[in-house]
Amino acid sequence: MKNLVAWLRFAWTTLTSMRTALILLAVLGVAAVPGSLLPQRPTNPVGVSDFLKAHPDYGPWLGRLGFFDVFGSAWFAAIYLLLFISLIGCILPRTAVYLRQVRALPDAGPGRLDRLPGFVSGPVTATASDVLADAERYLTEHRYRVRRDAGAVSAERGYLRETGNLVFHICLLTMLIGLGWGSLFSFKGTAIVVEGQAFSNTLTQYDEFGAGAGFSSSQLAPFTVRLNSFDVKFEAGTVQTGAAREFNAHVGVTVPGSPEVQQSLQVNAPLQIGGDSVHLLGHGYAPVVTVRDGNGDVAFSGPVVFLPQDANFASQGVIKVPDGRPERLAFEGIFLPTAVSGGASGMVSAFPDVLNPELLLNVWTGPPKVETGQPESVYSLDRTGLTQLMRDGKPVTVGLAVGANYQLPDGKGSITFDGWKRWTKLQVSNSPGGWLVLGSVMLAVLGMALSLTVKLRRLFVRVTPATITPDETTPAAALRDAGGSSLTAGSSGSVEPTVPEEPARDEPASRRAPDTMTVSVAGLDRADGRGGLTDEVAALAAACGLGVTVTDTNEEEPQ
Amino acid sequence: MIADYSNLAMVTSVVLYLLAMTAHALEWASARTARVAEPALVSVGAGETAGKPAADAPVATDRPVPSRRVELFGRVGVAITVVAALTHVTGVVLRGIAAGRAPWGNMYEFITTSLAIVAIAYLVLVLRYGMRWLGLPVTLLLTIGQGLAVTVFYVQVSELMPALHSVWFVIHIIAAATAGAAFNIGGIASILYLLRTRAEERGRVRGYLARVPSAEALDRVSYRTLAFAFPLWTFTIAAGAIWAQYAWGRFWGWDPKETMSLVTWIVYAVYLHARATAGWKGRRAAIVAVIGLFSFWFNFVGINLLVSGLHSYAGI
Repeated sequence: MKNLVAWLRFAWTTLTSMRTALILLAVLGVAAVPGSLLPQRPTNPVGVSDFLKAHPDYGPWLGRLGFFDVFGSAWFAAIYLLLFISLIGCILPRTAVYLRQVRALPDAGPGRLDRLPGFVSGPVTATASDVLADAERYLTEHRYRVRRDAGAVSAERGYLRETGNLVFHICLLTMLIGLGWGSLFSFKGTAIVVEGQAFSNTLTQYDEFGAGAGFSSSQLAPFTVRLNSFDVKFEAGTVQTGAAREFNAHVGVTVPGSPEVQQSLQVNAPLQIGGDSVHLLGHGYAPVVTVRDGNGDVAFSGPVVFLPQDANFASQGVIKVPDGRPERLAFEGIFLPTAVSGGASGMVSAFPDVLNPELLLNVWTGPPKVETGQPESVYSLDRTGLTQLMRDGKPVTVGLAVGANYQLPDGKGSITFDGWKRWTKLQVSNSPGGWLVLGSVMLAVLGMALSLTVKLRRLFVRVTPATITPDETTPAAALRDAGGSSLTAGSSGSVEPTVPEEPARDEPASRRAPDTMTVSVAGLDRADGRGGLTDEVAALAAACGLGVTVTDTNEEEPQ
Repeated sequence: MIADYSNLAMVTSVVLYLLAMTAHALEWASARTARVAEPALVSVGAGETAGKPAADAPVATDRPVPSRRVELFGRVGVAITVVAALTHVTGVVLRGIAAGRAPWGNMYEFITTSLAIVAIAYLVLVLRYGMRWLGLPVTLLLTIGQGLAVTVFYVQVSELMPALHSVWFVIHIIAAATAGAAFNIGGIASILYLLRTRAEERGRVRGYLARVPSAEALDRVSYRTLAFAFPLWTFTIAAGAIWAQYAWGRFWGWDPKETMSLVTWIVYAVYLHARATAGWKGRRAAIVAVIGLFSFWFNFVGINLLVSGLHSYAGI
């Protein structure tokens, strides 16, 4: 038991040490790199399967080790959780120390001021209390926190540095809490909506939907979005031909109890409806067709969503006509918005906008299917029970321009390409922790800026009766050589500087008439990489009536 | 028409940077032969000793005896850089006018803008703080960077794609370009620091290395620059996340660019923590800073060229 406690204590100390945090941080950085270089399942599933095909030898191993979902993998979570535990272990004691420091007066400083990076010492003809009062005035004006002792003043500034530091690190924690909260209760779903059609915010209307463990369907705000029309412009000039230039979805939004409101949905301007965000994520084409079956009846009529396959929106899709009698029909093929002859590969699309639309289809027929109610994809064709329609031993290929009609052989029916519509992919989402994440990040940036810019500086002034001739300015180097002799103030090695044990006269130093005193001024910067200490020590010395040059042991301004 | 003038200005700036770099190379070359007071060497801030160096350690007073030729070449180099930077900034501004928008829509425009900020920051450091020792590495960076921009990355002026139509386009990218400029200057200082500490440890600080400040001062320049860049980079990522929320409906999606930005952020976080950790100060911290610079460049160039993601715009 005792061993266990000792071991736990050791583990905690090790985990919360700066060195461990540093290593964990470095490991986190290295661990994130493959997530950027390898295709990731959540963002690029096609890339992952391509990679697996290209590297059948080690690809599956990478998959088993979670390299295709780095940021959802256990080892990545382990690293950042350890890092955050280490962070908590670092912040807690530091906050305690900080709270004590903020309420306390500055330290009295080291015994030997001449060891500090900035140091100056010399004789001043004034009373000790005047010198110290001058020092105090200077320090207060420069926003130092001042501590006055007998014969000494100690001061410190830059408390905001640690404030910023703690704020930054605490905000990292609250950000993580916000992210966790968000992943519990957030949801995100997409739906494809064709021009003229509408989307109602209920689970059944989504094509894809994902939500956190704490999600309930009552979270979905009740609304309906009707896509009236969708404007899209593509670059027609010679530079970046075909690049998208404008997307604008004209939608009518209905919420319960109010009439429809016309709004414009654009890429950088999502709609906020009842707390949910509606984003415009993608678009494509839906050819409108009319299919007549072998009996001559209209068995299908309307737009069919085709999915874009390349940058020029050659789109693939399936037209299913299950109600065709005596035989059901199915068409599989591509829609080309700007069809041109592409040589060996047949017809291709040359531009993403509709300039010369063409529909190319294969035809399948079969006996009517029993309704099973089983869901099936609208984008792919289940060919069981179907046979491809052939003519002269070759598959029938229907090529249709807008308005054209094609009579299927053997009186199996006909298909008319009536026109086309655009569709948009809408995303509806809500992440409840978003404001906490955003607020944390903003506060973190602020805290970080403070912690990196605020100067953390301590200054000390000590006054002792001079025991050397008034004219002699003692250079600091000489003082140092003198070691602990009685030549210098603050060289006695005591932490609390006091009035010298053997005052030269009967009265205390502070009440004496102006006399020659040795004034020592010193300072140090507790934060790395700061300049200007020498100047400030000199300025403080000047405020105390000293006019000597400063020994600079640690300062060298970049030239 | 205006775009042509912009291109002309950009190409001219490459030639001028090349000339400036040559002048600085001559400056450093003549510094090699110039007589240099052999400095008393100390390993202040070399990283092996924890804590502050003892106060009585002698400071290396190793400024070389200025030679007239060194001085002349140095001044010529700076003078040419001033003209080059003016031309460069003109090129960026004309590009913006020609496009009728902020000129940051693709890699070419981002590189030229970011390097213009490097050039301006460098000139401020030289003219205000006398940091002419940055001359050779910075003009080298500007020559290579601008050279690659006008030859490899050049694309003609065109409109923006809809995803870039946002105020965050300005905020996110200007923050990224400024942070990038500071990363570059900080990285250069760190590289010089590594060279200089090695020379100091070997006791042979000669030639051009004698003309750069002491290792300690280099370390401080690097730290200050990176301490400026880091919050800005954090802001860049945060602003990018806000923009992503508007444009793509999620604030973080582990897009390759987002991921690599985070990696760069983590590397610089390691750098800042390393400077506060015994045993990591000095050389190790400087190496981390150089890794950070590589990470930034890889994110900026490599990710766009090697990996496809949402930050791929305008062909590249």
